[in-house]
Amino acid sequence: MYEPKIIGYLCTWCSYTGADLAGTARLKYPANLRVVRLPCSGRVSPELILRTFREGADGVLVMGCHPGECHYTSGNHRTAKRIPLLQRLLGYAGIEPERLRLEWVSASEAERFARTVREFTETVRRLGPLRLDRRSDAQEAGEDCGGA
Amino acid sequence: MVSVGQHPKIQLLTYSEVEKVAGYVGNFQVTVRKKARYVNEDLCTGCGLCEEKCPARNIPSEFDLGLGTRKAIYRPFPQAVPSTPVLDKEHCIYFQRGKCRACEKFCPRKAIDFEQQDKLLELEVGTIILATGFDPADPSSIAQAGYGLDNVLTGLEFERMVNASGPTGGQVLLKDGRPPKSVAILHCIGSRDERYHEYCSRVCCMYSLKFAHLVRETTGAQVYEVYRDMRAFGKGYEEFFNRVEQEGTVFVRRSEDVEVTKEDGHLLVRAKDVFTGVKVDLPVDMVILSVGMEPRPDAGQTARIFGIGRSKDGFFVEKHPKLAPVETASSGIFIAGACQGPKDIPDTVAQAGAAAVAALDLMDLGKVELDPSIAHVRRERCSGCGECAIACPYRAIQIVAGIAQVSEYTCKGCGTCASACPSKAISLDHYADEQLVAEMQGLLSLEVS
Repeated sequence: MYEPKIIGYLCTWCSYTGADLAGTARLKYPANLRVVRLPCSGRVSPELILRTFREGADGVLVMGCHPGECHYTSGNHRTAKRIPLLQRLLGYAGIEPERLRLEWVSASEAERFARTVREFTETVRRLGPLRLDRRSDAQEAGEDCGGA
Repeated sequence: MVSVGQHPKIQLLTYSEVEKVAGYVGNFQVTVRKKARYVNEDLCTGCGLCEEKCPARNIPSEFDLGLGTRKAIYRPFPQAVPSTPVLDKEHCIYFQRGKCRACEKFCPRKAIDFEQQDKLLELEVGTIILATGFDPADPSSIAQAGYGLDNVLTGLEFERMVNASGPTGGQVLLKDGRPPKSVAILHCIGSRDERYHEYCSRVCCMYSLKFAHLVRETTGAQVYEVYRDMRAFGKGYEEFFNRVEQEGTVFVRRSEDVEVTKEDGHLLVRAKDVFTGVKVDLPVDMVILSVGMEPRPDAGQTARIFGIGRSKDGFFVEKHPKLAPVETASSGIFIAGACQGPKDIPDTVAQAGAAAVAALDLMDLGKVELDPSIAHVRRERCSGCGECAIACPYRAIQIVAGIAQVSEYTCKGCGTCASACPSKAISLDHYADEQLVAEMQGLLSLEVS
């Protein structure tokens, strides 16, 4: 079976801790997700996401604290604005917007974390490999914005 | 409490509320609203004459949960610290009708001050310990528990009743003044139930056993404990459970909901026995509901003021459940007691000690370790557009002479500025673009197995 590669950008305070809890609670979720830990979901720049697609990821999952619960007060407010905008732009670059997902996961929501990863892996699996190299217009877009 | 009140190095502020917390570990600025109690604390000796002379009587006492009464100027209970009374504006005859001032007339120290206003205090502190406690769960939303019927009490109401200085002087009495002949104690009211609180409140099993013992001791009544699982987990607890059982208390282990109804002048408790599968009817005179613990209704606001998190159940969340149980995600702010989660007195005392030592430890060091990942500006790339300064949640960035400048003490290292900078002039140490890209590339080079 095709196994998609998914990069997760997780904020260390809520979502990474939630993922950690999923581990200590022995919850199962697909091994397709590889996690990059960040101080805050606000650290995730649109360039970094585009670069991640160009480097071969089939999906990108950004996770942060629920609005109002950000460890840095309002870092995730920026994320909440950036990601939907980038999702709209991805369509123009020939990348299905569903390949990028933003989800709020608190430190106690291990089950929500595991469920999100399961769902998202299935979504990306259904979409199939991204193969940016075969999508010429997408490649251009990737190069234009990929200087992260 | 008395020794806290008398300690020369402890400033005790009661009837006060924290409104704002600014600054950071070692340098907190806390704004406290000290509410007007209409009694000058410096003059008052706590003689209680004002309370005695106050003509506004029969006000339901909050401390006795409405089972007893108080005056308009009062102390919640005789041993309250400080002994300075408080004047309740809502019930004070002078404040409501403009005439009376009896307390002022009788006060030998002239301590009554009707002109007193709320005061805002600015405190400079290095560390903060939150011990804001819990609220007992309200059983009125649990219809089948029968709260609201005569002689159906919560655990805390029974506790007041059985207290020697309580409204009945320690006698367990029914509404009509007779002692009960039979009492049912219902466990897990509002706890371990997804409809109310999913968690176990931990203290109810043991206080229920204590109640059984006290009811038998004071009235000799027949006691039924209607429970689900007996969690006698602590030191000496299982032994106490055995003792209560030997005293003659009947234990009914129930499944499903327990129902309390009124029938022919007495209360009827209906529960399905787990072992026999049969519905048991227990006609009793009194029902005690062992309600669980829940977060204070304003716990969310408190968490926002102090910049700490809450877990799914609403209690304050610790930094790590095992390795940092009294610390919070905000350095310099500690938590102790039931505000962190349901717990009994020994656990609370132990946690309070741990929080005090953790706070002392920081103060003793006299310095704090800053997170090494803070933002840095590459001056030659910065155009001074100010996007980073707008993005920064801490106002740690200022544009000085056309170039962004980061305050190292205020920067908390979130990196929001780094992803906002259009010219990549600002970068977060340890989370620089190159580092993140390298990590991502490394992860992508591995095959999914």
